Amino acid sequence: MSALVSGRTGDWEIVIGMEVHAQVVSNAKLFSGSSAVFGASPNHHVSLVDAAMPGMLPVINAECVKQAVITGLGLNAKINKFSVFDRKNYFYADLPQGYQISQFKHPIVGEGEVQIELADGSSHIIGVERLHLEQDAGKSLHDQHPSKSYIDLNRSGVALMEIVSKPEMHSAEQAAAYIKKLRSILRYLGTCDGNMEEGSLRADVNVSVRKPGEPLGTRTETKNLNSVRFIMQTIEYEVQRQIELIEDGGAVTQETRLFDTTTGMTRTMRGKEDAHDYRYFPDPDLLPLNFDDAFIADLKKDMPELPDEIKSRMVTEYGLSSYDANVLTEEKEVAAFYELASAGRDRKITANWMSVELFGALNKAGIDLAQSPVSPEQLGGLVDLISDGSISGKIAKEVFAEMFETGKDAKQVVDEKGLKQVSDEGAIISMIDKVLASNQDKVDEYRSGKDKLFGFFVGQVMKASKGQANPGMVNQILKQKLDT
Amino acid sequence: MSDLLKMTATQAVFSLSQKEISSIELTNAYIDAMETTSALNNYVTPTIEIAKQMAENADKAYAAGSAGPLAGLPIGVKDLFCTKDTQTTACSGILKGFTPTYESTVTSQIWQSGGVMLGKLNCDEFAMGSSNETSIFGPAVNPWSAKDGAALSAGGSSGGSASSVAAGSALMSVGTDTGGSIRQPAAFCGVVGLKPTYGRCSRWGIVAFASSLDQAGPFTRTVGDSALIFSAMAGHDSKDSTSASVSVPNFSDVVNSSVEGMRIGIPGEYHMDGMDDEITRIWKQGRSWLEQAGATIVDISLPHTKYALPCYYIIAPAEASSNLARYDGVRYGNRVDAETLDEMYEATRAAGFGEEVQRRILIGTYALSAGYYDAYYLKAQQVRRLIKQDFDSAFNNVDAILTPTTPTAAFELGAKISDPITMYLNDIFTVPANLAGIPGISVPAGLSKQGLPLGLQLLAAPFREDRLFSVASAIETQAQFSLAPARAAGELS
Repeated sequence: MSALVSGRTGDWEIVIGMEVHAQVVSNAKLFSGSSAVFGASPNHHVSLVDAAMPGMLPVINAECVKQAVITGLGLNAKINKFSVFDRKNYFYADLPQGYQISQFKHPIVGEGEVQIELADGSSHIIGVERLHLEQDAGKSLHDQHPSKSYIDLNRSGVALMEIVSKPEMHSAEQAAAYIKKLRSILRYLGTCDGNMEEGSLRADVNVSVRKPGEPLGTRTETKNLNSVRFIMQTIEYEVQRQIELIEDGGAVTQETRLFDTTTGMTRTMRGKEDAHDYRYFPDPDLLPLNFDDAFIADLKKDMPELPDEIKSRMVTEYGLSSYDANVLTEEKEVAAFYELASAGRDRKITANWMSVELFGALNKAGIDLAQSPVSPEQLGGLVDLISDGSISGKIAKEVFAEMFETGKDAKQVVDEKGLKQVSDEGAIISMIDKVLASNQDKVDEYRSGKDKLFGFFVGQVMKASKGQANPGMVNQILKQKLDT
Repeated sequence: MSDLLKMTATQAVFSLSQKEISSIELTNAYIDAMETTSALNNYVTPTIEIAKQMAENADKAYAAGSAGPLAGLPIGVKDLFCTKDTQTTACSGILKGFTPTYESTVTSQIWQSGGVMLGKLNCDEFAMGSSNETSIFGPAVNPWSAKDGAALSAGGSSGGSASSVAAGSALMSVGTDTGGSIRQPAAFCGVVGLKPTYGRCSRWGIVAFASSLDQAGPFTRTVGDSALIFSAMAGHDSKDSTSASVSVPNFSDVVNSSVEGMRIGIPGEYHMDGMDDEITRIWKQGRSWLEQAGATIVDISLPHTKYALPCYYIIAPAEASSNLARYDGVRYGNRVDAETLDEMYEATRAAGFGEEVQRRILIGTYALSAGYYDAYYLKAQQVRRLIKQDFDSAFNNVDAILTPTTPTAAFELGAKISDPITMYLNDIFTVPANLAGIPGISVPAGLSKQGLPLGLQLLAAPFREDRLFSVASAIETQAQFSLAPARAAGELS
């Protein structure tokens, strides 16, 4: 199924493919011993190899190879035991060697897949064409001097995984779900930190349109998008632009485009005629990568549980809804928090409290889960008090607010504020008797058939107890009194 | 003192260890010879102070009984090896003034073994050339003179390395060989030149020409000296992914082992049309020497030989076009300023690279271009595999192969520089070994009618340099070649 877009001349189908560049989590760069950590002052993480000094040679970092294989396994992909590093030749000031070492004909990982879920509950498989390892370039700084550009080589040589999807996405929503899911998988695996703002994860998006059933249209590639929002905006803009262009009698040109974050529009970066001839050839400084089944099996053994597996466990074992399970597994940290908070207690109640109250409060405070003033154990403590009837759901909200404010345990808040639920039968009976006595007219109406008034009596009793009466007991005793 | 320059390295090590001479004496003799032979233009950056310091250290090491295998031996280094704090230019305008902060693996192993650095030696620009005439410093000159007295090429690309050893301004030297750049100048200058197995010596810190072909090796006056210095140069280096993890024997032990019973192949394809009679003569001479020494001569075929040169002139420039992209004026070396980045690249590279280097960059760029890659580069790699297979099957049958090193003796400076194809033909016998990654050695075998040295080449299976040394020393013993170039340092000639 694919969402169609209507134009003046009929419906259009959108075809989207994505090339994602994911920075590999590793201490050192792909072919040198320099640190790959983000944020050092310019040119402080640069070795002789990174600066392409004469006579310097690349040596593969085995850790990065492992990370690529782990990622391949996480994408259910074919792992290629034989792969080759090629040189991609082009000149740019922040590319010291004059070529990027990449993998062209023989990538380390072949075909795989990513499963995505959309808001309408539908689920889709998006094919992955390949994953290969390559070096990042340095950074050109054009705003430091009126006439000169500065070059920062800290990023030069850092390992990237380029993950190429098949052209199997058909809406901006699908594309967004794909990049989010891919990011989530990478973060679970610990092979990329997924930090889009710092550029650890960025996407080139290929978009084309066609009339349903027709061959693929000409595509454009928009480079270097570093947020889900920009990806969606790019697709929406490109789809409109291309449809209008074709419907006005024009044609889409195959070209590379740039997204302008201020206008939300894309513009031409370079046309096909200016496209580089990269003159790929196998890098003679490096031997082909060869590893055996045991190497893969070893990595497989230590694979963490992935979001799809956790999600299905949450649905079948914990009884959570598919929606809740999705929310709780999108981020590795959220799933881990939830598993801790809900261990040994009511999974569903914990899920509700986490996704509604905790996330709501975090959102409002503008902080993320890592900074939550309420720990998983503390949230669990609150759920315990609800489950054993010590407090009602309503009181729990008040308790939670206080916990979030002060970082105190639920039990401490309840004790200090005297919020413990009243489950003393005598006390509840006496409250009920008072309410009934002062509302004799309503009692008569109820007994003559106006059932709906039951809720009114419950409300009055709860009000009288300042919300602390055990609602289950109130219901039960009220019913007895009114119906006899 | 007068005999100092005549000593072989092996003799010098003995005299040094017996305290008959000191390293500083020996080194000073060579420093004087560098001065008196300066017209040969061998040294582009002499390092006199460093040499004296290293010689003093060597003398201390002998005194302390901690001398390494090369302690006190004066050695010159091709200007393609990066040397810490000493200018390294690859004899190119684009790197003039470039001083590395690091030392190549091969040279640092030599210094660790006690070698004394005399200076940096002339070569073709980025090792691209067969006559040393593409050097920004002008050509290194051959110490040998033809009877008519014209100045001769020392060969190339390691012209300065060969000429200095022949002229007595270096006891030994190191060079690199991508298509014959050690063996051809060694033959032209009448010295021993070894191109080791690809992967035997680390390429780390050597300015790259063609990565899959480049290999460092020594120039010496005798086969024994070659084994001595080579043992110090070779070995696995984790900084070079193509360096082989193969143990290094002490090659000095095998130099004089007998060739009796060895099988020596003579490849029919190396009989080239129009080859000098003198070359044919010396080749036959070598064959009979080895027979006399007890070896069995076997006629063999290397059927793809004729494709080696065109194949080489695709692969080497292709790799070079990419390897030389880093000389862009951005980080080091010379820059010619311009308005835009692209203009800066163009101006810098046009001014910095000489004609031959530019030609090879263009050939290589073309060979790798979309639409031509399959027809040129890919095809050349396929041919390369066939050439390798030729040698593999030959070495199933023979222990070594005997060929001439070059199709002619040394030619006059200026004779071929304007005709690149004729110049490239010089490498016809040496290029196959680089393509196959096998070791080769050129050993002086005699003189031409013009009185110029002629070399014989021996080839062996990968990592069998030991066989090269024993066969080469058999030829050396019978050839009785005596080093007597007209333009050598006084006491040598």
